Amino acid sequence: MERHLPTDLPGVEAPPPRRSKGRRQKGAYILGAPAILWLVVLFIVPMITMVSLSLSTCDPITLACQNTWHFAEFRQVVQQYHTQLLRAIVYAGVATVIDLAIAFPLAYWIAFYGGRKKNFFLLMLLVPFFVSFVIRTTAWQFLLADQGPILQPLKSIGLLPENYHVLATWIAVVAGLAYNYLPFTALPLYVALERIDRHVVEAAGDLYSNRRSVFMRVIFPLAIPGIFAAFLLTFVPAAGDFVNASILGGTNTTVIGQIIRSAFLDNSDYPAASALSAILMAAMLIGIFLYAKVLGSRTIEEYI
Amino acid sequence: MTDDPIIDPSLLRGLTQSRFTRRDLFRYAGVAGGALGLSAFLAACGTKGVATGSGGAGKPNANMGDAAWWGQQTLHKTLDFDNWPYYMDIGPNNSHPSLDEFTKKTGIKVNYTENIQDNPSYWNQHIFPQLSHGQSQGHDIIVLTNNDYPLGYMLNFGWAIPLDHGSMPNFDKYASKLVTNPSYDPGNTYTMAWQSGYTLIAYNTKYIKDEITTVDVLWDPKYKGKIGMFGNASELGCLGLLAIGKDPATSTPADWTAAAAKLQEQKPLVRSYYDQDYIKALKSEDTWISMAWSGDIFQAGIQGYDTLKTAVPQEGVMFWTDNMLMPYTASNPKDAMTYMDYVYDPKVQAVIEDYNNYVCPVPSSKGIIGTELHDPAVANSPLVFPNAAMVAAAKPYYQWKNTQDLKTWNDTFQPIYLG
Amino acid sequence: MSVATSADAGARDLSVEIPPRRGNRRRWTSYILPTYSWLVIVYLLIPIAFMVLYSFNQSSSRLPQVNYKWEGFTTRWYQQWNGIPGLADAFFLSIKLALATTVVAAILGTLLALALVKYRFRGKAVTEQTLFTNIAAPEIVLGASLLGFFITLNLPLGFTTLLLAHVMFSIAYVTITVRARLSGYDMNVEWAAQDLGATPWVTFWKVTMPLIYPGIMAGALLAFALSIDDFVTSSFVAGNSTTFPLWVYAAIRVGIPPQVFVFGTVIFTVGVVVAAMNLVSQGRRKRRDEAARRKAEEAPEENVIDIESEFNVAVR
Repeated sequence: MERHLPTDLPGVEAPPPRRSKGRRQKGAYILGAPAILWLVVLFIVPMITMVSLSLSTCDPITLACQNTWHFAEFRQVVQQYHTQLLRAIVYAGVATVIDLAIAFPLAYWIAFYGGRKKNFFLLMLLVPFFVSFVIRTTAWQFLLADQGPILQPLKSIGLLPENYHVLATWIAVVAGLAYNYLPFTALPLYVALERIDRHVVEAAGDLYSNRRSVFMRVIFPLAIPGIFAAFLLTFVPAAGDFVNASILGGTNTTVIGQIIRSAFLDNSDYPAASALSAILMAAMLIGIFLYAKVLGSRTIEEYI
Repeated sequence: MTDDPIIDPSLLRGLTQSRFTRRDLFRYAGVAGGALGLSAFLAACGTKGVATGSGGAGKPNANMGDAAWWGQQTLHKTLDFDNWPYYMDIGPNNSHPSLDEFTKKTGIKVNYTENIQDNPSYWNQHIFPQLSHGQSQGHDIIVLTNNDYPLGYMLNFGWAIPLDHGSMPNFDKYASKLVTNPSYDPGNTYTMAWQSGYTLIAYNTKYIKDEITTVDVLWDPKYKGKIGMFGNASELGCLGLLAIGKDPATSTPADWTAAAAKLQEQKPLVRSYYDQDYIKALKSEDTWISMAWSGDIFQAGIQGYDTLKTAVPQEGVMFWTDNMLMPYTASNPKDAMTYMDYVYDPKVQAVIEDYNNYVCPVPSSKGIIGTELHDPAVANSPLVFPNAAMVAAAKPYYQWKNTQDLKTWNDTFQPIYLG
Repeated sequence: MSVATSADAGARDLSVEIPPRRGNRRRWTSYILPTYSWLVIVYLLIPIAFMVLYSFNQSSSRLPQVNYKWEGFTTRWYQQWNGIPGLADAFFLSIKLALATTVVAAILGTLLALALVKYRFRGKAVTEQTLFTNIAAPEIVLGASLLGFFITLNLPLGFTTLLLAHVMFSIAYVTITVRARLSGYDMNVEWAAQDLGATPWVTFWKVTMPLIYPGIMAGALLAFALSIDDFVTSSFVAGNSTTFPLWVYAAIRVGIPPQVFVFGTVIFTVGVVVAAMNLVSQGRRKRRDEAARRKAEEAPEENVIDIESEFNVAVR
C-alpha cells in the first residue's frame, strides 16, 4: 500500500520514483515461485484429477474410470447427502463461533499484556496439539464417559439426570471440533492483534472517554483481518473433518467427511467421493465470499 | 482545524468496495477455461490417478501358480509379511519369538510389518493403486478378511498367487474344518487362514441379569441408549438378516430390504454405530450390550473387565477369517509358502494363539497351550477352540457375486449408520 | 509515562507501559483476563494431563495395553520405552518429518506471503484462491489423488513422498498467518531503509524480518502441529513407512500400549521445556537490553548512530 505524502510541506521529499513494472513483477515471481511451483505440482494437478474423477464413470468390474462429463453425479450426491453436508457446516460453524469467543480474549491478553511471556503462552497453546489426536480423543472419550470422572460426580450430586450422556451426541462432536481447532483460531487472532500499534490504542484512549469505545471503534476493526483469517483456518477444515464425528458422535451425527470417506474407501465410488469433495470446497468458497461481503469488507483476497 | 474528513466517505466507500468488473469476468473465465481445457486433455487420455484402467489385467504371467511354475521357484531366504496389529506374539526386546524360531529353523529372515488396519483402507492405499499399475506393494504375504470386498476383488481379479498344494503338509494334516475349503475360496486355492473370529453379542452382567438367547435382545427397549452396533455394512447387514431369521449366506436382495427395515426400527435405541472402539464403550459402561468380536472380549477379561460376557444367540453368530495370501507381485513366493505352512505346525500355532486369543485354525494346539504353555484359560475357552456348539452356531458371510451386488448391499444398509 | 524501546531485532516488545487506570481497567487486565487465559490453557491441557497420569499407571495384564483403571504408580513404561516393535521408529520418523516440513514450509510460505503483500502480479488472485482451496480440500480425496500421482511417476513411497505431501498442505497455513501479520503494513519502510544506504539483504534482515518474525514463528508452529499429527494424507502416501499417528491409530483397534502415552508425554514435556527456556531467555534478553541502554545513556555524546535502533524507532 502506498500513501501519497503532501509534497508542499517543508522537509518532505517526493517518494523515489517507482521502479519499472516489469522489475516489480519479477520480484514477486522470484519470491513466490518455489511455493507456487510446489503447490501447482503437488496440489493443483491432483485437484484436477479429482475434478476429472468426479465427472467420470467407473467400470464396476475393472474399477477403471473414464471421464465422461457426467455432471449428473453432482446433482445425485447432493440429493442423497444434503443432510450430512448441512450438518457438517452447522457443526463447524458452531465450533468456530465457540472458538472465536474463547480465543479472542486469550489472544488479546497475550498480544497486549503478554510481555515477555508471549512466546511462552503461544507455545503452551500449541504444545497439546503435538500429541497425537488419537491420544487426545481417547482421553476425552475416557473423561466424558457416562460414568466417567466428569459426569459421575455431577450425577451423584444430582446436577445431571442419571441417564444423561455427552458422548454420542452432537454436543460431543462440536465440543471435539472446538477443542481440536482452537489453536487454528488463536494463532491468527494473536498475530493480527499483536501488530496493532499501541500508540494508536493509546491515542484512542485519549480521544474516547470509555474503554468500550476504544475497543469497538479502534481495536476491533483493526483486528478484523485476523478474525477473518481465524474463521477461515478453523471453519474450513472443521467442515471436512470426520474424525470427531466418528469417534465422539452417535447415530444422527454423521457429517459429510464421513460420507466422503465411506464413498471412497468402502464403496470404491471414486466419482461420488470426488464430487462430494468438490461440492464441499465450492460451498466453502461461496460461503466465505458471502461472509466477506456481509462484513462490508474488501475482496476476499485481501484476507487470504 | 476543521474536523472534516480528508476524503468524502461516500467516495471512500466507492473506492474500496469491490465490484465485479469486466476484468474479473475475463479472469474467472480464463481460469475456468484453463481448467476445462486441462480436463479435456485428461479426458482424451483417460484419467490418471488411483482408478486407472487395467483393474482386471490380472497377473502378468498366465501360468503363475501352476505346478511347473512352483517347481521353478527357489528360496531367497527373505520374506516380507504384512499383518494386522497385535496378531503376532511379542517377546522381550521387540522380538517375535515365533518368527525368530522360524528364521533359526529355515534360515529365512522375516521382515514383519503391521500396516493393515482395515480391509478397505488397505485395499485403496496399499493394494489397488500399486497392483493395477503392475507395481509391487512391498510384501509377499498379506492378510485379508472374508467379510469385506477386498479379498473378493483380489481373488476375482486373479491378483493372488495360487498356493502350492504340494507343499502344505501341515495345513493338510492339522487345519480345522472351519477353515478348510471355505466358501469364499473353494479348495483353499489361494488362501490359508491366519486366525478367525466370531461376531457375537457382548454384554455387561453388571446391568443385564437376564440370560441372552436371541439377537432380539438388541431390539429390547429396556436397553435404549445403551446398545452398540457395528458401523459396517457387512456386519450390520448380516446381523439384521439373522434377526429376521434368514441365513446370510443364502439371502436375497428382498431379504436385505426386510433386514434394513428391522434395523431402522432399532435405530432410536442404538447409542452409536461403532468401529473397533465399541470395546471402549463397553469397558466404560457407555454401552451395556453390543455387537462384538470374540477376541476383544477375551482380552478384556484378561485385563480385569470380568463383568463382560459373550452370548451366542440361537440364530447363530457370524464367523469370519483373516486369510494369508500372496499378491502376484510377491518377490519371494517360495519363502512365503514355507512360512504359511510352518504356522500350521501345532507347536508353532500354540505360541501364536496363546498371544492373540482369536479362533485357532489348528485344534491340536489346544493340548499344547494347556500343558506346555500353562494357559488353561486360553486352552479351555470355546472362543478360542470352538466346541461343537460353537461350530454349529458359526455362520458364513454373504459372498457378493459382483460389484453390482455389492453396491445393492451397501445402498441397502449404509443409510442406517450413515444417515 | 515511559516508552519502552526495544533494541533487539528479534521479538519486538510492544508492551508499552500504559499508566495504571483505576477500577475496571485494572480488574480486567490484572485479574480477569489473566485468570481466563490460564483457564483456557488448563482446559487445553486436560486430556494431556490424563495422558501423562496414565503413562505411570500400573497394568497387571500381560498384554501391553493402557489400563484405564488406575492400579498404581510405576515408571516401568518409561524404562521399557523401546519395548514395542516399531513404535519408537514411528515416533522418530514423525519428529524428523515434522521438523523438515516446518523448515521447508516456513521458508516457502514466508516467501510467498511476502510476494503476495508487496507486489501485484499476474496470477495473484489465482494464487490466493489456490491457497484457500488447499485449506478447504478434504484430505481423503487429496491423499488418494496424490497417491495415484506418485505411483504414476514411479516415485517410491516413503519419507520423500511424505515430506512432499506434508509441505504441500502446510504452506497455505504459514502464508496466511504471515500475511495476517503484514496486512496493512506500510512497506515504504523498506524503501526508507534503502534510501538510508542499506542493501536489500540488510533491509530484509534488519527491517522486514523483525516485522514478520512473530508471524513466521506462529506459522511454523502451526506447520509443525499439522505435520506431526497428520493422519489421513499420510496414510495414503506413507507406503511401508509408519508415522506415529498411523501407528497409534492402527493400535487403537486392540488397545494402545502405555509406551504411546510415554512418547506423548515426552513430546509434550519437550514442548513445555522449550517454552520455559524461551521465557527465561526473554527475561535475560530484556535485562541485557536494559543494561545496555543504561550504559549508552551514561556514555558521552559521540555515540555512533545505531542503525538498528533507529529503524526500530522509525518502524514503530
